[in-house]
Amino acid sequence: MAREVTGMVERRGMGLWFTHLLMIAGVLVIFFPIWLAFVASTVTQPEIVQPPMPLWPGDRFIENYTAALFSGVNVPVLTMLANSMVMAIGIAVGKIVISLLSAFAIVYFRFPGRNIFFWLIFLTLMLPVEVRIVPTYEVIAGFGMLNSYSGLIFPLIASATATFLFRQFFLTVPDELAEAARVDGARPMRFFWDILLPMSRTNIAALFVILFIYGWNQYLWPLLITTDPSMNTIVMGIKQMFPSGDDVADWPVIMATSILAMVPPVVVVISMQKLFIRGLVDSEK
Amino acid sequence: MATVDLDNIKKRFGNTEVIKGVSLSVQDGEFIVIVGPSGCGKSTLLRMVAGLETISEGELRINGQRANEREPMDRDIAMVFQNYALYPHMSVAQNMGYGLKIAGLPKPEIAAKVAEAAKLLQLTDLLDRKPKQLSGGQRQRVAMGRAIVRAPSVFLFDEPLSNLDAKLRVQMRLEIRELQSKLGITSLYVTHDQVEAMTMADRMIVMNAGVAEQIGTPLDVYERPETLFAAQFIGSPSMNVIEAEARDGMLHFADITLPAPSGITGPVMLGVRPEHLAPDPEGPIEMQVLLAEPLGANTLLHGRLTSGAGFTASLPGVHRVAPGEGALRLSIEAGNMHLFDAKTGRRIG
Repeated sequence: MAREVTGMVERRGMGLWFTHLLMIAGVLVIFFPIWLAFVASTVTQPEIVQPPMPLWPGDRFIENYTAALFSGVNVPVLTMLANSMVMAIGIAVGKIVISLLSAFAIVYFRFPGRNIFFWLIFLTLMLPVEVRIVPTYEVIAGFGMLNSYSGLIFPLIASATATFLFRQFFLTVPDELAEAARVDGARPMRFFWDILLPMSRTNIAALFVILFIYGWNQYLWPLLITTDPSMNTIVMGIKQMFPSGDDVADWPVIMATSILAMVPPVVVVISMQKLFIRGLVDSEK
Repeated sequence: MATVDLDNIKKRFGNTEVIKGVSLSVQDGEFIVIVGPSGCGKSTLLRMVAGLETISEGELRINGQRANEREPMDRDIAMVFQNYALYPHMSVAQNMGYGLKIAGLPKPEIAAKVAEAAKLLQLTDLLDRKPKQLSGGQRQRVAMGRAIVRAPSVFLFDEPLSNLDAKLRVQMRLEIRELQSKLGITSLYVTHDQVEAMTMADRMIVMNAGVAEQIGTPLDVYERPETLFAAQFIGSPSMNVIEAEARDGMLHFADITLPAPSGITGPVMLGVRPEHLAPDPEGPIEMQVLLAEPLGANTLLHGRLTSGAGFTASLPGVHRVAPGEGALRLSIEAGNMHLFDAKTGRRIG
């Protein structure tokens, strides 16, 4: 990436130093709270509550993280990580499957009400989870899906954004390709599976990264529908670890949990970075 | 190995009729070129044969069997598209074998057929490449290969050469023709290029505004165009057309008089091909030369008649004409004059 950019604006001397200084300062500002959280997760409880706060890691890394992972406060963090993982992957995969199929239908088939359906889907963009949360809760409770993975995943699967994105991509695929496939004898789903899907794979990867993080960071919805601690997701679970009343907060374990909560999204972003950037930048054709 | 019959085929989009009834019967192994300007409906006609457009009226028969309602894959056809329409994520071999794969052939058989087609088209070394890594001509060959591996009854070509440069076009033209006659597969070929039509066709259909103006062998169309449109579309440079008046067995236009074929009176359109004119100091046609285009083997002279009408002559060899040099007298043989009805544009003599 850097190689491609150098050609555009070349900076030398003071300018170069200054921009670097600015960038490093920016990174430090953003990174500092995360550093503090990490430090707090490696020391003992008394060290944290006693000012001044330590700025360098202590020697309790293994103990604190083991405590968080295997016992936690209400429920082991490992369980919450697993819950979050199921939910985030469920939402990301579900959204991609649904929106690929609906975009395929909208672009490649002529059926009555095609435009109406598209606009109906598009309209849901204006209704985020928070707006429809009460009726959605009613429905999920009515189906008896509280405290379940399906309850966590299904209400968040419909995605106008992803449908729109795939629609735009499919519109750029030349019609002749669909026609060639028809002449070759491919039925519609065969064409979808053999031609369209492989051609969209960079888009799918980019979308997966975005949607995984979206699913991982869900807070309000899991908070509402999971009352059983064993169904807590990690992002809301951190909040549940805060003590109520006069109990003492186990800050090192809470901080260790916070750090653990950040790991999976970071891993997903880094491991899919190449595909992700390609998906956003070029439209491989 | 198939015959294709079009029986008064029509196509309507809403209320506009874009194909106004085309009938044709194609013999087994024949190479038919559909030629016309853009928007004349030639591609639509081909796509109806392919099954990519529905037929509004009329009947299409492939091998004598009604095919109007059949899906493209059930018509036993293969099509080569203008932009090749290769699947970008598949290798050349996969592209060529995709139809066979869908048909459920075993893998070794697919590989054998692909290899055979690749050999025929000199693609053997490129089988593992992706379309992106191929040149235009190679992509064109892959598209051809995809068509021939399935051994269809009918080949359909939709302006397959229009994305290639001029030199490659001439070469591919020969290759397609050679391949077609080797395989003996009935072919329909759409083009807007009258040179392709002339050189490749067994028979050609000259289309204009949804109507088949003339169906015939290239030389038929060239020598005896049935309509004014066909006359002007086929042949390069295109035919000179002059408004004239026939009376007393003579043709009059401006101050020129030519003997006319018998039995014609009234206003007519006289068509004269530029290459049929010969310089003749005694000739009846006088032309003011404004511009000369030397092509080497012949020279195109553009100018005006005394009536002011534009006129082009194509004379063999090199003619050096100084600009504004003035008059050139030309003559024409009576057999090379084409007369068309001034109103209908149909041939009358």
